[in-house]
Amino acid sequence: MTTKLFGEPVRRREDARLITGQGRYLDDIGSSAYAAAFVRSPYAHARIVDIDVTAAVDVEGLLAVYTYEDLVGPMAEPLPVLIPHPQLTAPRTGYPLAKDVVKHVGEAVVMVVATDRYVAEDAVDRIAVTYEELPVVVGVDAAREAGSCVHDDVPDNVAARHHQETGDVEPALAASPHTLSFTQYFERSAAMPMEGKGVHARWDADDSSLRVYTSTQASTSVRAAIAAKLQLSLERVEVIAPDVGGGFGVKIVHPWPEELLVPMAARLLGHEVKWSEDRREHFTSSAHERQQRQEVTVGYDDDGRITALDVHIWHDNGAYTPYGIIVPIVTATQLVGPYVIPVYRVQVESVFTNTVIVTPYRGAGRPQGCFAMERAMDRIAQERGLDRAEVRMRNLIQADQFPYDHHLTFQDGRPVIYDSGDYVGLMGKLKALVHWDSVEERRAEARARGRHLGIGMAMYVEGTGPGPYEGGHVQVLGSGKVLVSTGLTSQGQGHETVFAQLVASELGVPMEDVEVTTGDTRRFGYAVGTFASRAAVMSGNAVALAARGVKEKALRIAAEVLEVDPGDLEIDEGLVQVKGTPGASIPLRTVAVLSNPLRYAFDEAAKQATQFAGPGDDSKPPVAVGDAPGLEHTDYYSPVRSTFASGAHAAVVEIDPLTWEIEVVDYAVVHDCGNVVNPMIVEGQVHGGVAQGVGGALYERMAYDRDGQLQNASFMDFLMPYASEVPDVVIDHQETPSPLNPLGLKGAGEAGVIPGSAAIASAIEDAVGRRIAAMPISPTELYDLVRSDADQVTNVGPKTTGVLA
Amino acid sequence: MKPASFGYADPTTVEDALDVLAADEGAKVLAGGQSLLPLLSMRLAAPTTLVDINRVPGLDGITVSRDGVRVGALVRHVQLLHSAEAAAAQPLLGRATANVAHPAIRNRGTTVGSIAHADPSGEMTSVLALTDGSVTVATPGGRATIGWGDFFVGPLETSVHGPAVVLDAFFPALPERSGTAFAEISRRKGDYAVCGAGVVVTLDADRRVSSARAAYLSVGLVPEVHDLTDAVAGKPVDSADWAAAGELARGLVDPDGDLHASADYRRLLVATLTERTLATAAAEAARRTA
Ligand SMILES: Cc1cc2nc3c(=O)[nH]c(=O)nc-3n(C[C@H](O)[C@H](O)[C@H](O)COP(=O)(O)OP(=O)(O)OC[C@H]3O[C@@H](n4cnc5c(N)ncnc54)[C@H](O)[C@@H]3O)c2cc1C
Repeated sequence: MTTKLFGEPVRRREDARLITGQGRYLDDIGSSAYAAAFVRSPYAHARIVDIDVTAAVDVEGLLAVYTYEDLVGPMAEPLPVLIPHPQLTAPRTGYPLAKDVVKHVGEAVVMVVATDRYVAEDAVDRIAVTYEELPVVVGVDAAREAGSCVHDDVPDNVAARHHQETGDVEPALAASPHTLSFTQYFERSAAMPMEGKGVHARWDADDSSLRVYTSTQASTSVRAAIAAKLQLSLERVEVIAPDVGGGFGVKIVHPWPEELLVPMAARLLGHEVKWSEDRREHFTSSAHERQQRQEVTVGYDDDGRITALDVHIWHDNGAYTPYGIIVPIVTATQLVGPYVIPVYRVQVESVFTNTVIVTPYRGAGRPQGCFAMERAMDRIAQERGLDRAEVRMRNLIQADQFPYDHHLTFQDGRPVIYDSGDYVGLMGKLKALVHWDSVEERRAEARARGRHLGIGMAMYVEGTGPGPYEGGHVQVLGSGKVLVSTGLTSQGQGHETVFAQLVASELGVPMEDVEVTTGDTRRFGYAVGTFASRAAVMSGNAVALAARGVKEKALRIAAEVLEVDPGDLEIDEGLVQVKGTPGASIPLRTVAVLSNPLRYAFDEAAKQATQFAGPGDDSKPPVAVGDAPGLEHTDYYSPVRSTFASGAHAAVVEIDPLTWEIEVVDYAVVHDCGNVVNPMIVEGQVHGGVAQGVGGALYERMAYDRDGQLQNASFMDFLMPYASEVPDVVIDHQETPSPLNPLGLKGAGEAGVIPGSAAIASAIEDAVGRRIAAMPISPTELYDLVRSDADQVTNVGPKTTGVLA
Repeated sequence: MKPASFGYADPTTVEDALDVLAADEGAKVLAGGQSLLPLLSMRLAAPTTLVDINRVPGLDGITVSRDGVRVGALVRHVQLLHSAEAAAAQPLLGRATANVAHPAIRNRGTTVGSIAHADPSGEMTSVLALTDGSVTVATPGGRATIGWGDFFVGPLETSVHGPAVVLDAFFPALPERSGTAFAEISRRKGDYAVCGAGVVVTLDADRRVSSARAAYLSVGLVPEVHDLTDAVAGKPVDSADWAAAGELARGLVDPDGDLHASADYRRLLVATLTERTLATAAAEAARRTA
């Protein structure tokens, strides 16, 4: 059977379109639209004293200038706090355009609309805003000291105190044979999709309706937000995510100010308006992630088994908290990884700083949690003189302990109960894949070449596929074409391929007949969004269930026509046939025609469904009670809780002892996302994630100075790695199906990025014999580190530490 | 990130180009656009007219003579990279160009443009300096040859003001019994160097070092050439203390720190790259001293 495609490495059907320039991205839409541009704050914290637009007024082609004063009704209210939480005691959000004060460089102050973007920027240049500078808070440590505050009414700069504990940690630590404590830092990076954000809006005055295209990860929720803010009825607003050139989390935040202001202007001006974010805007006006200070105390026994873990984190949430405290919650709950932690306490202060907001970026708090846990494992190994793999083995949750309850509450408000897994299996595969046990030979060989070689590993468990739900709609047309839609959006992951594979497999039709639409509220109005590695789990199961519904209906109709029992039928290659009776069949497309009893034969095929086409049972209505015309079905999947994927990474680095350049020479991944729908796509996700992991470990950082100016707001100085910096990745799969959903899936989208910094820090430490307590690390920093005090020297690993005399 | 409006002229002779430049004080020459257009897009520069010289014939040649290599204003980095003739006369040209940016940028960016741009982190500015090269500049007053030392006056600043077109750059040939090497450290492949070094080592007839000179990238405000001969003078190639020359260089430079490298780290790289490149260049010089 050719239609059983589940598990096959089917080539991505969207790629031909996307890589030959046939994609339709936001900026490809609306070539005659007016263009919006923004005056953005040059200061990290300032009071707006005056906005003088006089010099802009004579710019030819200027159409409108909007400031906070022009916002009315709900638009003049603060932007929503998307995810409220009882521990988020001081939530703060900005306004679509700044009101009185600005809290970070890049905050939108004035919107200009002009005939094109060039003219709009001319006008922006001529608008003079007078500011009175206010004290600036940059970095978690400054926020914590609270010498000044970001929001006047939050003097300690603490937006939230998140706290979870699974027992009494202090006595458990006191009773532990050994304890160790350390403090470490994780820096800011950002999602940095190749395509920035963008919005295009068209107001239909006759119809009083709005169509909005936006480069988003959550079109249904953007739609609801626009309707609420612009006081429109929901059915008057359509929101469509066209091809989206990457999201990686930043586009799950909504409504961005521009997503409200551009539609507002389109309506006021009665003309299409478009805003397409440029790179500089993206650096200072979108979102970042990852800065944390972590204080870790861990208790353990002589064998290196953890007895208690106490973690205190200061998390930089930037100037506002539109996305609540999801990132710190994820750090707090995912930190424990694949390990048995008898007593765990975590406290997070989520603090305000005068910097760009912090919202989920692929991994969403997990890389930091993994960094805390895995670096603790390495330190325990060093203290006990044990192999790092062995210490991890001794602490792993065993295969017979599932479902494993960590007694924590996850980001979806549900318990952290690991559904399934085989962490010992992961470790075994990883050690084999990276030749863990023969590293000393490699080290010696590298030493002979004048290079320091080191190896490191890190493991993680990732809660994926959180609810509340996603839906799917599957419809077979009379042409035989199968339309599939789901409300969540795509940013290049391969959903068109995977959902088509699933529906083709479930329904028994050729994949070529299946067309997938995502993120278009005209097609599917109920959805949550694409984040947290949830698309395959949520929409994958939903479209599979919808396809099953269609199949059941098709078999029922075909059974009547063929006068057999539905149980005797099967569908293959688009043909409904009696099992074992070749020739006794009816094409699925004919079933689709028959499913919709007709009065009018608008085409040849339709004739078959009209009233005089053949004998019918005239004792029953044409459409049975409780049934509906059409061969289509909508279904939803709503999980009881998240499903937990897992994996183990190892990195081998080589370091030039004269220039301190760091090269990742090998990178091995063992990955378990339950049943794999398409291994090629999963590997692609892993590769991309590893690239971002390497970027976060060795290259990227948001370099703010003390005044809150971002020093590297361009791709010249923000060092996103090129292909030349990303190592080849070797991958081994392990499949422990999830018992929580019909297809046994777990998410795969974010995994690749999670352990990067932890594994690479471990490898560098192993190579140079120095503690790595902050990531990322660059050659110039490594040079400083190897020259620093001896107390940073680790007590295992080669004694290669040394500097040029 | 859209440029402010500007006029555009595409003259077909140098004289016409100079006329447009003379008529508009805010006019600027446009060659490959790989440095100028980003500045325009970020509105860090707002020339009133762009004088596109790409249609001026005769500026796209590489002329190799005994004396050296003359590179016309429209020669793209990629042409120089692949010119075997140029490399035979002055091997540093190909070696350095290989480090300039990425293929897409090398296909458009010009070598002379990068010299006219006077970026002290550019490879070709320091190669011009190391080879003791010069540029030919056309102004309404006539044509003049300007040596590198007089040409570069500061970061992104040359001694030529007012209407002018740099017609070519001249890189003297590698002297006899000499070898060269070029190396740089950049954060990502193809990025501007955090630090780079080009060197020329010349031997005497007895294969002893008679001269060792180095030029560095990204360590000063203008390209710097340092004579390191003292550390290795008279030493046979095999026993010369290249590390000592590296140490000498480390003391001669005075780099600044930035986001990607501290001043100290740059000094370390100067020492390391000097040692490495000198050893390579000396080996080449020895091979050429048959
Ligand atoms: C991503 C990126 C990476 C890069 N990396 C490097 C690198 O690693 N090393 C490096 O050296 N360069 C690098 N460059 C710059 C590149 O080499 C440019 O091509 C070069 O600096 C300028 O050449 P151009 O022909 O593009 O000049 P343009 O951009 O056209 O002009 C640059 C300046 O020189 C002036 N100018 C140009 N030609 C003349 C002339 N004939 N007479 C008078 N004035 C003239 C212009 O008026 C302008 O001020 C990089 C560029 C980019 C975009």
